[in-house]
Amino acid sequence: MGFMALTNEIIKQKLTEKFGDQLTEWEAQYGLLTFTAPAAMNLKVLQFLYDDEQLRFRFLTDLTAIHYPERKEEEICVVYHLHNLEDNIRLRFKIYAPAEKPDVYTATQRFSAANWMERETYDFYGVNFIGHPNLIRILNVDEMDYFPMRKEYEMEDPTRRDKDDQMFGR
Amino acid sequence: MPRPVQYNTKVKMVDIPEGYSGDGFFSSTFDKIVGLGRKNSLWPIPFATSCCGIEFMATMGSHYDLGRFGAERMGFTPRQCDVLLVAGTIAKKMGPILRQVYLQMAEPRWVVAIGACASSGGIFDSYSVLQGIDQVIPVDVYVPGCPPRPEGIIDGILKLQDLVQNESLRRRHSLVYKELMEGYGIQ
Repeated sequence: MGFMALTNEIIKQKLTEKFGDQLTEWEAQYGLLTFTAPAAMNLKVLQFLYDDEQLRFRFLTDLTAIHYPERKEEEICVVYHLHNLEDNIRLRFKIYAPAEKPDVYTATQRFSAANWMERETYDFYGVNFIGHPNLIRILNVDEMDYFPMRKEYEMEDPTRRDKDDQMFGR
Repeated sequence: MPRPVQYNTKVKMVDIPEGYSGDGFFSSTFDKIVGLGRKNSLWPIPFATSCCGIEFMATMGSHYDLGRFGAERMGFTPRQCDVLLVAGTIAKKMGPILRQVYLQMAEPRWVVAIGACASSGGIFDSYSVLQGIDQVIPVDVYVPGCPPRPEGIIDGILKLQDLVQNESLRRRHSLVYKELMEGYGIQ
């Protein structure tokens, strides 16, 4: 105590000092600071948030992806949820990659927890985490040949013949 | 003062099968005797994955007591069991495991699909869920419901008992049965 409490404004200020206007789309929904970084910079941002003596975002809460078909050339969004456990402040940052070639650097060297999270993200969205030690499917069957959470695929099981579309509201 | 003794006089016995009896002997056909024995001493193996499994636990509990029908002895190894009770959603990744459990059971073996998910995939009309366990193993009795009440599960077991009692001893060697098994890729 006695030290100035960490706030969203300070976090934003420190990040802007370091990375300038490369960080965009700042917002704070329900007080949760959110911003977007260029895809190639994800590790630099993670490392800075981790190392900085005041920021100390050293816990990876969640890592997942979202498919935005309407964002051309950057359809796949990868989201990192970080937590500063000492000040109990959370933060969310996003990077965008094209669906054609969704290459993103792995965060496994910084956070061991990213290992399974990145496998799950690969499993459902096909994000290719460069440098991941074991990037294979984790939840779906190994034979699956597509990434089911991408919006170009239907939710329903396509192998089913006897379910009447009218009766099942497809 | 001692309490009055209450004897249980409501014990129900199964009927003697059709046959010929005289002093000290009884003769009938193997079909009937074996069917009677199998029917009233089914050993189930539960394969419970979700909410239907909870209803199934109630079915096994003292209130509904499946033991009244001779099936109180759950086996947790498929090698000793007669009936595979599949209760719950089977994800596609679980399919091969369910199939392996079925393959480890010795003939004669029966399968009951308990609930909508095991029967048809239920509400999970989805890329990750097996749309009915009959896609990987043959099923004898389907119990509808989401989840079915214990009465429903007991009704399914009673239906299965009818099948077991009346099954021909030659059925498992018949061509039709072999074709059914080959349809599932089981030798």
